[in-house]
Order: sequence, then C-alpha cells, then structure tokens
Amino acid sequence: MIPPDSAAKVLIVDDEPNIIVAIEFLLQHEGYQVKKAYDGPQALDIAAQFLPDIIILDVMMPGMSGFEVAQQIRRQPSLEYSKIIFLTAKGTQRDKETGYAKGAEAYMLKPFDNDELVMTVNEMLAYG
Amino acid sequence: MGLGVVVGCSLAYISLLFLVAWRVDKRVSEGRSSIANSPYVYALSLAVYCTAWTFFGSVGRATTGGLSFLGVYIGPTLLAPLWYAMLRKIILISKNQRITSIADFISARYGKSTNIGIIVTLIAVLGIVPYISIQLKAVAFGINTLTHFGENAPAPAAHVWLDAGFWVTMAMALFTVVFGTRKLDPNERHEGLVTAIAFESIIKLVAFLAVGLFVTFGLYGGFNDLFSKALLREDTARMFTFSGSGVSAFSWNILMLLSLFAIILLPRQFHISVVENTSPRHIPTAMWVFPLYLLLINIFVLPVALAGKMMFDGSVNPDTYVLSLPLSQGASWLALVAFIGGFSAATSMVVVEATALSIMFSNHIVVPLLIRMRRLGREKDLVDGASRLLDIRRISILLMLFLAYFYQKSVGGTYDLVSVGLISFTAVAQLAPALIGGLYWKRGTQQGAIAGLLVGFLIWAYCLPLPSMGQVGILPKSFIDNGLFNLPFLKPYALFGLTGLDPITHAAFWSLVFNAWFYAIVSINTRPSMLNLTQADLFVNIHKYIGGQDSDVLKREAKISELRALLNRFLGETRAISLFKDYEAMHNLSLANQKIAHADLVNFAETHLAGAIGAASARLVMDSVVKEEVITLEEVMRVLEQTREAVEHSRLMEAKNAELKTLTLQLTTANEQLKNLDRLKADFITTVTHELRTPVTSIKSLSRIILDHSNELEKSQKHEYFKIMVAESERISRLINQVLDIEKIQSDMAPHHQEPVNLVEVISGTVAGMRQLFAEKNVELRFSAAFSTLLAHRENTLIIQGDRDRLTQVAVNLLSNALKFCNQEAGCVEINLEQKGRWACFSVHDNGAGVPTAMQQMIFEKFTQLHSNEYGKPHGTGLGLFITKNIVEQHGGTIRVKSEPGSGTLFEVRLPI
Repeated sequence: MIPPDSAAKVLIVDDEPNIIVAIEFLLQHEGYQVKKAYDGPQALDIAAQFLPDIIILDVMMPGMSGFEVAQQIRRQPSLEYSKIIFLTAKGTQRDKETGYAKGAEAYMLKPFDNDELVMTVNEMLAYG
Repeated sequence: MGLGVVVGCSLAYISLLFLVAWRVDKRVSEGRSSIANSPYVYALSLAVYCTAWTFFGSVGRATTGGLSFLGVYIGPTLLAPLWYAMLRKIILISKNQRITSIADFISARYGKSTNIGIIVTLIAVLGIVPYISIQLKAVAFGINTLTHFGENAPAPAAHVWLDAGFWVTMAMALFTVVFGTRKLDPNERHEGLVTAIAFESIIKLVAFLAVGLFVTFGLYGGFNDLFSKALLREDTARMFTFSGSGVSAFSWNILMLLSLFAIILLPRQFHISVVENTSPRHIPTAMWVFPLYLLLINIFVLPVALAGKMMFDGSVNPDTYVLSLPLSQGASWLALVAFIGGFSAATSMVVVEATALSIMFSNHIVVPLLIRMRRLGREKDLVDGASRLLDIRRISILLMLFLAYFYQKSVGGTYDLVSVGLISFTAVAQLAPALIGGLYWKRGTQQGAIAGLLVGFLIWAYCLPLPSMGQVGILPKSFIDNGLFNLPFLKPYALFGLTGLDPITHAAFWSLVFNAWFYAIVSINTRPSMLNLTQADLFVNIHKYIGGQDSDVLKREAKISELRALLNRFLGETRAISLFKDYEAMHNLSLANQKIAHADLVNFAETHLAGAIGAASARLVMDSVVKEEVITLEEVMRVLEQTREAVEHSRLMEAKNAELKTLTLQLTTANEQLKNLDRLKADFITTVTHELRTPVTSIKSLSRIILDHSNELEKSQKHEYFKIMVAESERISRLINQVLDIEKIQSDMAPHHQEPVNLVEVISGTVAGMRQLFAEKNVELRFSAAFSTLLAHRENTLIIQGDRDRLTQVAVNLLSNALKFCNQEAGCVEINLEQKGRWACFSVHDNGAGVPTAMQQMIFEKFTQLHSNEYGKPHGTGLGLFITKNIVEQHGGTIRVKSEPGSGTLFEVRLPI
C-alpha cells in the first residue's frame, strides 16, 4: 500500500449516495485518497482545497449539472492538472461530445464495470 | 397698323399651323415615330382650356374683379387628384367602348339611348356656340384694336365680305375641316391636329409672357416698382384682394366646381383629354404640366391689369390691355405678337370645339334622323357611307362656325368675354350629375339622366340666356323684374326668393341642385332596361371588363352578309374587310363558310360602328339587320337562375374555404400538440432510463464488489451493501409499477369498484399514513377549520360513489407533491375538505415557489415534470398528476390548480356527491 500522503487523490461527485458507496470502496481498495461531494457547489468547495488528481463526476445532479461543475473547474488555475472522468447515465453521442468539450479526459456510462473504472483511473494516473 | 398686315399675319399663322399639322400627319402616315405620341404634347394640348378669354379676358376681369379671375384656374389645380381618378376611368371606358364624344359617353352609359345623345348634343351646342362666338369676337376686337388704336371705333363693315372677322372664321373653318375630319373614327388619332394644338399652347404662352415681361420690366422697374405704385392708388390697390372682387366664398366654391366640371365636360376638353388620348400613362405627366402651364400663363395677368388701369385710367376697354399697352408705347411688333398669341388661343379653341361638336352633331342628331328617314344604310344606297358621314361632319363644322359668327354679329356684343365663358361652363356643368353618377352609381337610369339633364338645362336657360335676351330687347323685359306670370318666386335672378348671389352662381346653384335631385329621385323610382343595366355595370366596374369578356347577356344574331354590307356602307369597304380579317385572326376562325354571325361578332361590329357614328346610332343601325332580339321571360329567368346559382355556388365555396381554413388550423394545432407529446415522450424515456440506470448502477457495482472481495469484507459492510441493493431493487419495482399504472388507467382496464366511499375516512387515513414523512422533512401539516370540524366528530361523513383505492391514490399523490414542492426551509401544507352544494371539495395548499402560469395547463399532461433551479432534477416520474386527473375525471369530478409565483400552489379536487 502506498503511504497516504503520497497517495493519489480522487474526488467523487454524485447525488446518489449508494453509487458513491460503491466507487469509494473500489478506489480506497486501490489505495487512493478519496473525498465525496453530493452536489456541484460542494464539489467545487472541496476540489479547491483537496486539489484532486482525478474527479469522477456525475452529470444529472440537482441545481448544478456536472457539465457546469467541469466548466468551473477548468477555469481554476490551481486545478489545472486535475483530470475529469464523467460517469453518467446520459449516453447519447451528443452528451459525450459535450462532456469532452467541457474539458473531460474520459466519459464513462452507468451502469459501469468495476474493473473498467478502476483501470481507467489507474491508467490515467500512470500515463497522465 | 394696316389691316392688310394684321390679316396677312393671321393667315400666315394659320398657314404655319397647316404646315405643322400636315408634316406630322405625313410622318405618321409614313409610319415614322412622331412627337405627337409624347405625354408632353398631350399635356400641352390640354391647355386648349385657355382660350382667348384667358388671353384677353383675364386681364379685363382682373381690372374689374381683382383676383377673382383666378377661380377657374385654381379649381382645376386644386382638384387635380380628383380629376386624375375620374379621367383615368373615363379613358378606360371610352377606349373599351370606342366612345367618340361626351354625348356618346353619356348616351352609351344609359343604354345607348338616342334621346340622351340628342339632349346632350343640344345642351352642348346651345351652350358652346356663344362661347365660340366670343372667340371670334375677341379676334375681331384684336384686329380693330391693332388697326384703329387711338381712333374711334370703326363703323361695322357694311357687308360680310368686307369683314375681316368673317375671313378669319373661314380660315379656321377650313383648318378644322381639313385636319379635324381626316379619320372617320375619332378614336383613330388626329396626330396633326393635336400637335398643332400643343404648338398653339406654346405660342399663346410665349406671347403672353412677352407682353407681361415688357410691361413689368419695360414700362416699370419690375414687380416691386409696379406693385408699389399700384398700391398708392385706391382703385388699383383694391385689385390685390380677393374681397375687393366682390365675390363671396360661396361663389368661389361654385366657380371652382364649375371649372372642375368644365375641364372634363367641355366638348373640346373631352375630345382632347379622352378621345384623342393614346395612353392612360400620359395622365401623370399632364397632372403636373397642365397646372404649371396655368400658373405661368396667369403670372402676368395682375401686373398687366394694374399697368393698364394706371396708364389708361378707364379710357380703354380692359379686355384689350394686352394689345393697347404695347401699342401705346409704340411697340407695335409686340402688339402683333400678342395678337397672334390671342389669335392662337382662339384658333385652338374654335378648331377643337368645332371638331368635337361636329362629331356630336352628326352622330347624335343627323345620323339618327337619316336612319329614321331610311336615307342611310339601305341596301340600295350606293353612296359610300364613310365619305358621306365625313361630309356630314364637315357641313356640321361650317354650320357651327357660321352660327357662332352670326351670333357674335347679332347678340354677342352685350357680354364681356369672361361672362359668356362662365355661362357656357354652367351649361356643360349640367352634364355632371349624369356623368359622375354614371361612373360611380350603378343605380342611375336612363329616365333619371334625362330628367336631370332637362331640368338642369331648363333652369340654366331660364336664369342665364333668357334674361340676357330680355335685356337686349328680344324678349319682353318684364319677366326679369317681376317673374314669369308675375310670380315673384320665378324671378330669373332670384329664383325661389334666393337673392344676394351673382347671376352665374345663382343659376349654377339652382340648376345643379335640381339636376342632381331629379337624376337621383327619378333613377331610384324607375327600372332600367336590360341594356342600361349591363352598360351601367360596365361603366362602374370597368376594371372588371378590361381584357375580359363582354358580359352581354343579350342574344343577338345577324346574317354575316348583311353585317358586311352594313360595315361597307358606314366604314368603307377597305376598313370593313380589314375589320373582318382582324376578327378572324383574333378568334382563329374563318367566316367564309358561315352564314350567321353570333352575338360576339355582332357586338364586335357594333363597337366599331360606334367608333364612327356613336353608340346610340350604331345601335339603331344594327337593329335594322339584327334579328329581333326576343328575350323571352324564360331566358331572363334562366340568366337570373344562372346568376343565382353562381352566387349560391360561390357562397358555398366560401363556406367550404372557411371550413378548410379552420380545419387546417386545427390540424396545425393538433400537429403541434403531437410534436409536443413526442418531445415529452422522449424526455420521459430519458428520465425513466436514467431512473432505471441509477439503481441498477449501484446494484451492479455493489454485487460485483461482494463477489470479488467476499473475503476482505466485514460482515457489517456486506450487510450494508445488501440493504442498499434491496432498496434500489424496490425503487426499480416502484417505477415499473407506476409506468404500468398509467397504461392501465389509460386503457381503462383498472377495475372500478363503484361503492359508497367516505371521503373523510379516506383522507384522514392517508394523512395518518404520511404524517411520518412530513415529520422527517420538518414540514408542518395544517388542517382547515372545515376539515377539523369533520374530523372532530366520528359521525360526520362525506359519502361519494367511487373506488376507494383510486381515491386514496389521489390524496397520496397530491400530498406527496405538496411535500416535494413546499418551502424547503419552513415547509407548510394545508389540507381542506368540505361540502359545497352537491360537491365534495378536497384541496391541498403548499407554500412553495408556485407553478409558472405557462406550466399550469401542462402539469396535468403525461410526462410533464417541473424543471427549474429551485427544484433541480425532477424526482418523480412525471406521471403523478396525470394519474390523479384521470382518476378524478373517471369519478365525474374536476381538478384545477391555482398558483401565483411566491404564494404557493393550491390543488383543488371537486367530486360529485
């Protein structure tokens, strides 16, 4: 196990607590440092201090959508190196394009495959 | 100046006119383009309106009546737009009907009536001959002034052969005969004549301007000098004012009206502006050139009048100032120029007027007379009708001019130039009601027109020419002072006790009032003939007929051979043959093998015949060869029936059309709704799939974790994950159930237990079941006073017929909505249940943000969900209110929403008891 202080940091943003429970387990199991946010504003607050390496972001959330959150993050110089993975039920081609246009590095669909999610995060951290 | 010089110059001038007219005619006959077709020539030729009266008389009038001379020029200028509209319509009609004169126009309008033709012609001849005579008088006057200036007036010539005026008249007659009767059909243009008239308009304008400039800048130092000197004298200062003219405002209006009528109705104006018109497109040019011309020719009238008055102080007739002012200064060449100007004004008027009158006279009086006497148009008649008609016209011209000459010699001396002109204006104004009514009022009938014309003409004659005859002693003078038969209300200058007006205004007023009145009243009370009806429709709605079919309902037939013979006789063989060829080409058929000419060809022949001899005469002639047109009652009924059917049909079409429009609108709306529904459905599916994906995601991921990491997981952790999976599975079941519910309610498959249901129980039960949910979200639940009372006593019931489970669903749905949408911080929901008459009313009121007005209709639709920043992602399925509404309606009730942003939302359900 990698020591906590040097461990990579992941922020999970989703309005469904039960989904966060699953992702949290998977990433902690890989040894990453995990924080959780249940809506957009909360996510922005935490990200500004936590400076996560990766943000796993839901799209359809009350109040502020994931796309808006991504846009805000991309405007912050301190979060320049944070990578964004959209994890959403919105699966049309147009949604995907919007996602990448908002500055995401990956776009994954719900329901997701556990191994695939873990692999994506690992690779993203290993190869930048 | 010698008589020889003056007469020589006059004849030389007439020769010049001959030259102009001859050259233009020659160019045209050689097929070369001619200036005669220019709109400016048309506009200038209209200035035939300005006669010797304008040229000499305006100055005379200004000297005695100040600015009142302007009335007859301001009228046409101010009313130019009105004139434009009317003239355009008249021209279109005239070209369509090949109208030859004003008499022809009016007679054609009222069923091609011979009688109207005769009456109009008589009014015109009696009204205009004195007018022509004053032109001759003006010329004679001019010659006398030039040859005897400063001497006593010469004794009248002992014999006509020695009278210069006679020879001048002869010269004018010759010119008219040569150039005014070249073509049988006046609609075929007299280019030479028209160009000569336009030329004369320029000559008279230049001549008058020359005299004006000479007087203003030669005798005086410009307008300022002249006017300031004139203002120093009382008699000349008075001339500057309108009030000094002694003409009342009422007289001014009458004067303008008369001149507006004159500009259309004077035979010469009608001839130039309508008959000789080649294109309606020339009218716009004329509309500014002509008023400009009037302005220019009037500019120097006042200066010349002022100068004459100051110079001669009454010792010289003011009508001759234009000549005598240059003469008194020894500028006899300028006097000669001025005389030529006046002479040209007289010539142009006489030539055109005589041409127009001769056409009217021959077509409406001579030809009908000859036809009646069977002297014309008979089979055995070997003389060529065409040249014979022209001969009649030529003789008419000579007759008119001799009449005018002798009128001038005998009675012409008693009036000044302007007065005679106005008497003529008043005479032709009598044609106005019949003409204007005929143009715009379909109801006007032949009898009405005849009545109006006769009454107007009689009043005119009684009030103007007869008293003047009395004054020169031809008639007993007593009737002027005492009235006819000593009846005071018949005094010709104060008819029916109307005093205080000058004779012209007085006569114009009464004659026109009675004329119009009789025209209208008689028209309303008489029935028009069939021909009168069709012609009325054609005149009033001319635009309908241009380029279209003739609407002649009359069925007429004739033998082609007879028709051919008729045209040969009246139009000459060459013309007749070419007309028949035209007709064959137009209809792409050959007449050689046919014997009978049908209505269309008969009409064609008649129209062209009308071009030569006028509509009424053409009608008479055609009657001799056309089969007696027996229009049976059945036929009239058939025509009427067809019309009725057509009207009915078109009304049906209109109704159908309107129906189609409504249908289209409905379809558009329906389509719009469908599209909306489609969009809603797509949204619904997105929502449902998202709602399904979310629980599936957690279930899939967590079950996989348990499977993969079974050994590492704590028991409690496993337990937690299983609990989540169960809850998420229940979520999926709920969603599926609700979607299925909709299908059930929609297809009405849900079982209906119609049983007595106590609403108090249903609602209090629901509230009890949901109390816990409200408490969890910290939302206050209130009961209204009425509901509290119902709850307080067990025995209180509110029974309706219905399905208990479904009604419970209604209560649950409304309450969970209220819970979801009420204020998030200090939520409060009030429930009410009460009986209102035969209705049980149940309502739920929350204190949320309210439903936007635009959404209020839509929220009851399937799949509609409120999206907004306030509510965020919709948590429902978008089906709750839809289901609720369906249930309420299945129970015969209604549901409505009342909401204003900020004051919460009230849902009210009414169910019948």
